[in-house]
Amino acid sequence: MLLQTAVSAGSHPLSGTIAEWVWLLPVLPLAGFVINGLLSLNSAHFGPTDPSAGDHNHSDSATDAAPISHAEHAEHTGTAGDDHAAVKRHRWAGLVSVIGPGVLILSFFLALGIWQAMAGAQPSAPFIQTYFSWMPVGDLQINAAFQLDQLSMVMILVITGVGALIHVFSIGYMRDDPSYPRFFSYLNLFVFFMLVLVLGANYPVLFVGWEGVGLCSYLLIGFWFNDKANADAGKKAFIVNRIGDFGLLVAMFLLFSNIGVLDFVGVSAKALELGAGSALVTTICLFMFLGCTGKSAQIPLYIWLPDAMAGPTPVSALIHAATMVTAGVYLIARSAFLFSLSPVASLTVAVVGALTAIFAATIGLKQWDIKKVLAYSTISQLGYMFVGVGVGAYVSGMFHLVTHAFFKALLFLGAGSVIHAMHAAYHTTHSGEDAQDMRNMGGLKRYLPVTCVLMWIATLAISGIPPFSGFFSKDEILSSVFARAQGSTLASASWLGIPGGTLLYIIYGIGLAAALLTAIYMTRMMLYTFHGPVRTGAEEEKSLHEVPWVMTGPLVVLGILAMFGGWLNLPEVVTDLIPLGPRELLAHWLDPVVGSSTARITTGAAHVPVQTEEMLIGAAVVIAVAGIVFAMLRLRPASLPRKRDAVAEHGFEGVVANKYYVDEGIERTIVEPTYALSRSFLWRFIDNGVIDGFFVNGSAWVARSFGWLGSRLQTGNVGTYAWVLVVGVLAMLGAFTLR
Amino acid sequence: MLAESLALTAALFIIGVVGVLIHRNAIIIFMCVELMLTAINLTFVAFSRFYGPAGQVFVVFVMTVSAAEAAVGLAIIIAIFRHRQTVDLKNINLLKG
Repeated sequence: MLLQTAVSAGSHPLSGTIAEWVWLLPVLPLAGFVINGLLSLNSAHFGPTDPSAGDHNHSDSATDAAPISHAEHAEHTGTAGDDHAAVKRHRWAGLVSVIGPGVLILSFFLALGIWQAMAGAQPSAPFIQTYFSWMPVGDLQINAAFQLDQLSMVMILVITGVGALIHVFSIGYMRDDPSYPRFFSYLNLFVFFMLVLVLGANYPVLFVGWEGVGLCSYLLIGFWFNDKANADAGKKAFIVNRIGDFGLLVAMFLLFSNIGVLDFVGVSAKALELGAGSALVTTICLFMFLGCTGKSAQIPLYIWLPDAMAGPTPVSALIHAATMVTAGVYLIARSAFLFSLSPVASLTVAVVGALTAIFAATIGLKQWDIKKVLAYSTISQLGYMFVGVGVGAYVSGMFHLVTHAFFKALLFLGAGSVIHAMHAAYHTTHSGEDAQDMRNMGGLKRYLPVTCVLMWIATLAISGIPPFSGFFSKDEILSSVFARAQGSTLASASWLGIPGGTLLYIIYGIGLAAALLTAIYMTRMMLYTFHGPVRTGAEEEKSLHEVPWVMTGPLVVLGILAMFGGWLNLPEVVTDLIPLGPRELLAHWLDPVVGSSTARITTGAAHVPVQTEEMLIGAAVVIAVAGIVFAMLRLRPASLPRKRDAVAEHGFEGVVANKYYVDEGIERTIVEPTYALSRSFLWRFIDNGVIDGFFVNGSAWVARSFGWLGSRLQTGNVGTYAWVLVVGVLAMLGAFTLR
Repeated sequence: MLAESLALTAALFIIGVVGVLIHRNAIIIFMCVELMLTAINLTFVAFSRFYGPAGQVFVVFVMTVSAAEAAVGLAIIIAIFRHRQTVDLKNINLLKG
């Protein structure tokens, strides 16, 4: 139905090719959402559900809402002698397992086809499909339109590709969940909105996707909503994101009121009217960046992401590591034509990114929950991406986004396998131990060999060990920062009185330090999880085993991608030394989109000598290796106590382990005063006093008073009425006569 | 001649109005209403004496309607009396607000 109304730019090199089907990309997951959603409304099983439910024959849909904890359902049915093996799969689980991942795989193949067409056509302008006029209000003309260009292509491939793998993994991970179809319908809906986000041809359509992924994030964080903590985590994510979305909205309003257009092509054409380096463009960019800090979990709005780990692990992998949280990076790369005009805003992005990178990395050092380590790692790596796009190295930022999607999805899914196996083990013995705490793990490499090897690959990638993907992308960001510090519009600008050049060197230093910490905390996680003695307990150890192929399969694919993802954008200095393959593929690919913006920032930059570049790479590698070696020498998995025997940490370590008390600080300074203000002023005074007391009860009192007056006139006495009648007639007659 | 006739009918009408206003007995009020109607009839007749017979046609109409009205009115009064054992309007104020 969309295609008929589609009006495409006729002369575009992509018109008439498979790219005309771009609308189908999001429609496929949407169809999956609808079908799976309808199936989830159907009862979970045929016939009476639970034999132990006895005579009260409660309906199957009620089982969905029954208080069943995660622990009881993520367990693996293969565990022999498990008396909970009676947990039956959802009656539509088979169909959902086909539709849910199926639509994603179809989307991915379509994306591949479009990518091939695009690689052949090499369009220099975006391919825009307009479907209908969405908001024609006076000067505001907003179309429901999709825009396909090299930047959105990269995002589409990541979303559908990594998304399809994670969907397949979820078949195994969520196997016995009573809400299996609901999970897949949410996941499909998320992919739909994410594709709308990256395909939108203007800011409002992007915003629809932006809000939609926020909604799905909320729904999936609180997927096991029977546990109040999970529901609260969902709400926290939603509310914190609203603060950021407010910024994005204000940025849109400012854009419209100043240049009157909101589509990307129009804004990029008119961006110069805002004035390069003007306060206005800086304001717009900063408000936009506020939106990014919310969605992409940067200081100060990062606090929701660690809590978001309450959702199922595939959700953490897809939404809170690989795709949604990178939307902020995408937005800045997409708005490069604005950010490159404002050195101050760009430097702010880089500074916030660098601070977030180091801050989150230190917290990651002291976390025990395996998913929390990865959550802080994600925040830290997102900080890296923002450093990249902040210094105008939009390609490097996007490159790190892609490689991070590979290795972080792999890490999360690997952690999912570990948690899955741990749950199964603890489930057999009905132990109430924490299956996500690394202090309860240890030595799992014997039982999960495939997962262990693949997670080591991801660890080496994220630490920046060549030739794994993370090395290239991270190194590229760092060397871009270094190059910009030597000469660029950023270096000659000043930020809060600090010269831009100095600031960029500081950011470079912070980036190196964060890389060191990354290597340390990742190695720590691997050591405590997979090496040393097994701390699960003797009974549980017997039932530990590798997860099924449907879960390891996606891990293997991601492992290959994490290993070779660097080939997407090999730097010149490396290909000159060792002929590994074609250089800077991604940079050439993205050049039509961000090339001119990058050039605007690098104006007047001197070329960094090759020796310096080689030294920078050497420094990065040494730092990464040093981090891993330090962690290996320093940490003693053998002497680690189990969680229940652990003592609280003191001093600075304690502060870090408690995440610098940021949540507590926010509780004290923002949440509690808000509560107090709401209770005493807004509720007691405004709501109860003014609104209820004055307006509601007051208007009722006025109406009642008039009613009372009116009722006094109704004496019920015919005599009175007769008098009134006569007086009235006389008055009328008198009035007519005297006139 | 017309002026005297109108003066008479006006006097009759005012007696009727005052009777309606000052009396509390439903029957007397009712008779006063009839008196007002009669005064109006007389006015019509007086006018027809000078301006043609149309007024007399109206008189026949008014008498017909007032006969119907008298029947209904008396029926109501009787119904009230049966119900309340009084026709004193002071005590009949069920519609009091």
